[in-house]
Amino acid sequence: MPGQEIPAESRVNYLNASYGVKSWLLTTDHKRIALLYLGSITLMFFVGGFFAVMMRLHLIEPQGALVAPETYNKLFTMHGVIMVFFFLVPSIPATLGNFLVPMMIGARDLAFPRLNLLSWYIYIIGAAFTLYAVISGGVDTGWTFYTPYSSTFSHTSVIPTALGVFITGFSSILTGLNFVVTIHKMRAPGLTWFRLPLFIWAMYATSIIFILGTPVIAITLFLLGLERLLHIGIFDPAIGGDPILFQHMFWFYSHPAVYIMILPGMGVMSELITCFSRKRIFGYTFVAFSSLAIAIISFLVWGHHMFVTGQSIYAGLIFSVLSFLVAIPSAVKVFNWTATLYKGSISYDAPMLYALGFIGLFTMGGLTGLFLASLATDVHLSGTYFIVAHFHYIMVGGAVMAYLGGIHFWWPKITGRMYPDGWARFAALVIFVGFNLTFFPQFVLGYLGMPRRYAVYPGEFQVLNVMSSAGASILGIGYLIPLIYLLWSIRYGPIAGPNPWGAKGLEWETPSPPPTENFEEIPVVTQDAYDYANVGGSRV
Amino acid sequence: MSGHVVPVKTYLGIFVALLALTALTTGVAFVDFGELHTGIGLVDVIPLNTVVALTIALVKMLLVILFFMHVKYSSGLTKIVVMTGFLFLAILVSFTLADELTRGWSPEAGGWNTALPAILPLIRGLC
Ligand code: HEM
Ligand SMILES: [Cu+2]
Repeated sequence: MPGQEIPAESRVNYLNASYGVKSWLLTTDHKRIALLYLGSITLMFFVGGFFAVMMRLHLIEPQGALVAPETYNKLFTMHGVIMVFFFLVPSIPATLGNFLVPMMIGARDLAFPRLNLLSWYIYIIGAAFTLYAVISGGVDTGWTFYTPYSSTFSHTSVIPTALGVFITGFSSILTGLNFVVTIHKMRAPGLTWFRLPLFIWAMYATSIIFILGTPVIAITLFLLGLERLLHIGIFDPAIGGDPILFQHMFWFYSHPAVYIMILPGMGVMSELITCFSRKRIFGYTFVAFSSLAIAIISFLVWGHHMFVTGQSIYAGLIFSVLSFLVAIPSAVKVFNWTATLYKGSISYDAPMLYALGFIGLFTMGGLTGLFLASLATDVHLSGTYFIVAHFHYIMVGGAVMAYLGGIHFWWPKITGRMYPDGWARFAALVIFVGFNLTFFPQFVLGYLGMPRRYAVYPGEFQVLNVMSSAGASILGIGYLIPLIYLLWSIRYGPIAGPNPWGAKGLEWETPSPPPTENFEEIPVVTQDAYDYANVGGSRV
Repeated sequence: MSGHVVPVKTYLGIFVALLALTALTTGVAFVDFGELHTGIGLVDVIPLNTVVALTIALVKMLLVILFFMHVKYSSGLTKIVVMTGFLFLAILVSFTLADELTRGWSPEAGGWNTALPAILPLIRGLC
């Protein structure tokens, strides 16, 4: 942007409006709360990542190179619990969602600002319980807490961990509630449902899952606590319970929860793809409604995690068919993004590299999901490394890529500063290569029959395991690079200006960083989203 | 959020009703209602005590939702939201029962022996 900009420092914005720890810890500004979340989940990401690195190092040798088998069980459990419940579930909604939902709909804040702050405190309390569990000896049940590992046969800190997850669930519910009300009630004049950015549709669909699903995991863990502490027979057959009931209840939440993790990423994707190909999204309504379709159908497929656990095969048949159905709206999105690229004027800025990575990796994750949703192939693949590869392709290759793409896209809005573009593209590339080297061999390992969650393995699997471990170290470095240059840019990055990408959307019409009240005057919307055909906006 | 003011008398009435229903639940727990035999495969034997207890619980739940939670006086949208919650609960229960109730049909349990004669004519009819 040519020099008519007022430098960020000399203007009052949400970052310099007040100073001091208290002004942050007691803030009700959705943008500051987003940053509180950003700091906390980044910490959790690197804690969870540490456990992953330990695991991969251990598996360099068939007989295990590093830790005792019991410790290995704790490593994968803590990795899963932290990454799923304390990083990926809150990741995009609580950071980018908190920051952007009000800005994108032309509001000054969320509907319930204090509830928003409360949700962060609840998250912190939950995280504290779980970290306490790590220190006090760890848990070895797997992130799924299956009974009877978590009931009859466990001697580890199941209760504090489960309590941590239980508590954090309420922060999700509050965030979801806040988003639903805000999106219904606080849209700027003229901003009809079908003019909303698709990120908002994705946040709305995610919020529905938060509200409808999260109470069930809370109840499930509560019942687990009741059984362990008071010996009420719920899951233990010896006292009249049914262990499979636990899996039903767990997956009733946790399958939709996998869509909690991917839907926000899909929302980010729609923003990135349109901006960097300078086009309106192909099939807006289809993409919008596919988010809702995913939110609803995702509640009907949970039994596909239980094909081999003694679930009735008749139920299995139905769950299999429904799982194939949920792939349709996911595919609609992928096709529509691809169609959006067609004849677009594409530029390869760092956020776009993440977005293109997402398309490929998410597609592989989704298609392998169909292998697993087929009853017969699942009998062979269930419980192997194929599963591990499948969900990492979606959760890391998909969700984390989208998260990083989103962070890079809105970073200039959040901080007012640009990061070094070359480094950012380089990091995206390192992450893509490291990711594939880590997880592609795991598809092969799983297909060949290597079970997951074992501390040792037969010698013939070593080559593929070493490849995977090598990839993990590259991936780890790939994640550290953005941490460094993003932090660097806060101080030394060049001033970004209000709209460095020439992007459409209300958030780009504010200064960077935005003022506390976001908009001096509530904007009136007269255009559809992604009206890139008429951009006059210049690009830096 | 409509400004409807519920008279204290209504609250008290509901409160007393809830207490009475709790007492009733406790009371009927001491009575053996026996079982209902329907003769229909999956739901052959129905323990009536459970039915009675759940019916009372349902009534109590409705009282709380409609009056204490003001849903009776709320907008249509709120009512839909509340009903959606129950729809999803119904999904949880019914799909779980779809597993639970049909486990005995599986081949290992000799289920195909009874299921096949019923299904085969259908399949033959289609071919
Ligand atoms: C395209 C639609 C998808 C289908 C049809 C699908 C199918 C499946 C199936 C059948 C399993 C169970 C395999 C087994 O345990 O034997 C599974 C596991 C898993 N999937 Fe997917 N999936 C899909 C999308 C996703 C998404 C979007 C995510 C995450 C963002 C995800 C995350 C997971 C996880 C975490 C597991 C393993 C859970 C565990 O046992 O620890 N999946 N998937
Ligand atoms: Cu699933």
